[in-house]
Amino acid sequence: MGIMDGTEQATFRLEPGRDGQATLTLTGRLDRDSTASLWRQSTDRLRELRPKRLIVQVGAVEYCDAAGISLLMEYKRILEQNEGQIEIRDLQPQFQQLMALFEIDHQVLPPKSLGPVANAVHNLGRWAADLFSDFTAQVSFTGEICAKLLKTVLHPGRLRRQDTFLMAEKAGVNAMGITALLGFLIGLILAFQSAAAMQNFGAEIFVADLVAIALFRELGPLITALVLASRSGSAFAAELGTMKVNEEIDALVTMGLDPVQFLVLPRLIAAVCMLPLLTMFNLLFGLIGCGVVMTTWDIPISTYIERISAAATLGDIFGGLAKTFVFGTLIAGIGCLRGLQTGTGPSAVGDSATRAVVSGIIAIVVADGVFAVIYYFLGI
Amino acid sequence: MTGEPIIQVKNLTAGYGSTVILKGINFDVRAGEILTILGGSGSGKSTLLKNMIGLTKPLSGSVLIEGVDVVTAEGQERLDVLRKIGVAYQSGALFGSMTILSNIALVLEEFTDLPREAIEVIAQMKLKAVGLQAAAYKMPAELSGGMRKRAAIARALSLDPKILFLDEPSAGLDPITSAQLDELVLELSQSLGITFVIVTHELASIFAVADRAIMVDRESKTIIADGRPKDLRDKSEHPMVRQFFSRRLEKGNA
Ligand SMILES: Nc1ncnc2c1ncn2[C@@H]1O[C@H](COP(=O)(O)OP(=O)(O)O)[C@@H](O)[C@H]1O
Ligand SMILES: [Mg+2]
Repeated sequence: MGIMDGTEQATFRLEPGRDGQATLTLTGRLDRDSTASLWRQSTDRLRELRPKRLIVQVGAVEYCDAAGISLLMEYKRILEQNEGQIEIRDLQPQFQQLMALFEIDHQVLPPKSLGPVANAVHNLGRWAADLFSDFTAQVSFTGEICAKLLKTVLHPGRLRRQDTFLMAEKAGVNAMGITALLGFLIGLILAFQSAAAMQNFGAEIFVADLVAIALFRELGPLITALVLASRSGSAFAAELGTMKVNEEIDALVTMGLDPVQFLVLPRLIAAVCMLPLLTMFNLLFGLIGCGVVMTTWDIPISTYIERISAAATLGDIFGGLAKTFVFGTLIAGIGCLRGLQTGTGPSAVGDSATRAVVSGIIAIVVADGVFAVIYYFLGI
Repeated sequence: MTGEPIIQVKNLTAGYGSTVILKGINFDVRAGEILTILGGSGSGKSTLLKNMIGLTKPLSGSVLIEGVDVVTAEGQERLDVLRKIGVAYQSGALFGSMTILSNIALVLEEFTDLPREAIEVIAQMKLKAVGLQAAAYKMPAELSGGMRKRAAIARALSLDPKILFLDEPSAGLDPITSAQLDELVLELSQSLGITFVIVTHELASIFAVADRAIMVDRESKTIIADGRPKDLRDKSEHPMVRQFFSRRLEKGNA
């Protein structure tokens, strides 16, 4: 009384015998397709039957590839689990060679993962430790940059000028279009939105005051810094990260070239020089955007310009621009640090770029808050 | 164990854009044969390989695998051709975001109906065959160069291909691992009847495994030698071929 099943290509027959012995006969072609259909049925039956000793008759197997061998391996494993013995009989010589090549005595198990609670605790601890080491890395990196920047200021010949100009072009000149567009739209929108309130009092002209001060003090520097962080902070991290993954950074170090001096300073200097210029450009277009709205209300351009110069002080403009030096340093510094911290593997560079933008934006916003407090006490 | 031509390269001109790297290449690979492609660095061995597997489009000419043109094949026909070949790339090209085991399991999951545990067993078997079973759950970045090459071969084997293309499998390996790799090639060839096309520089491996060697040359952009490695070493008239075999041999004997 045997159980017989299979496909046209291959069949199996499981015959229970005496003393917990059983015979499993396989016939036909044991390739990927037939193995796939035999696998479930035959292993399930075998698990039900739990023989103490199994004889696998494979004399009538006419073709067998790695998939077929894997099926035999699985029988072996099931028998071992049930503390039974297995004997594979009459395997044709050409398949025996295959078996010898592929036979595994045990399966390697995946590394154990912690339970959910232990895992959560583990992750929390990991997160805190990472946060701390991140912070110390940032601080020591800032210190290193400052020291090397000072050295470079004292010996300007050591700066890689060509790289610096190239970076300035990429981070600054090539960003002019988007900066101008954003400035124009923000000016336009801001004027439009505030007009609704101002028109109630017939005080459209004061829209100029509002827009100018908002742009000069806050929005211009902030928006331009966000543009720089997303365009160039990520690019810095990706460039340096790729170099790290390709061991180019190691090559620099072993050649006696300092990666900070060689790669970070040109980017930092370029970013710090470019951000204020970009911000001024952004402000100009913001005012133009606002001006466009004002002209639709028949306010003459000359009146508009007079209004702005009366409303905004030099303190507003320079207070805003002063921030951009700090923003630029933060963006380039964080971008480069993230790049140098890149791990291994293909997603590492992408992760670094993402982290560069996220921490860059957080740093900008925090720094902006600090400036707000300082300016408040200084009365600027 | 050699038979019908399984790959036919006909009048192949290969290159990139307007740069011709190889021109007028003609040769057959017979089923079950172990063919090595020799040549100096930059002579176009990898280029030839990429053209043979249909990865790069030839500038002219055609490559047939079991009678199907790999260049023009599309849809199901193309998939069928690809199913017949396995490729281990020069740099390994393992997917870095997956474990070694998943690298091998990937195509099995995509192209077969095998249940999960079957796939796992098969993947471990392939890894065992290349001596890497212990590294099954490691990430590619955690492996040494030689281990990565072997993992790449295991991955190329995952669908039991008829033809295996290996690009410099033993470059950068120690002599023992390299000899093990040769052993593996011979075993696979004998037990599975796999046809091999191997790009290599290693004289020892050429003599150990190759039924036949062809040599491409950068200057003339053609095949300058074709035959059994021993015959090429002993009988070739071509100075480049003699140099390739003898200079290395002198060094090897020293
Ligand atoms: N993607 C590519 N684009 C342009 N030229 C290439 C490309 N890949 C290789 N080459 C050129 O083709 C020639 C042959 O390269 P390759 O086939 O990789 O040589 P080999 O593998 O024999 O060392 C070299 O001169 C190389 O510069
Ligand atoms: Mg190559």
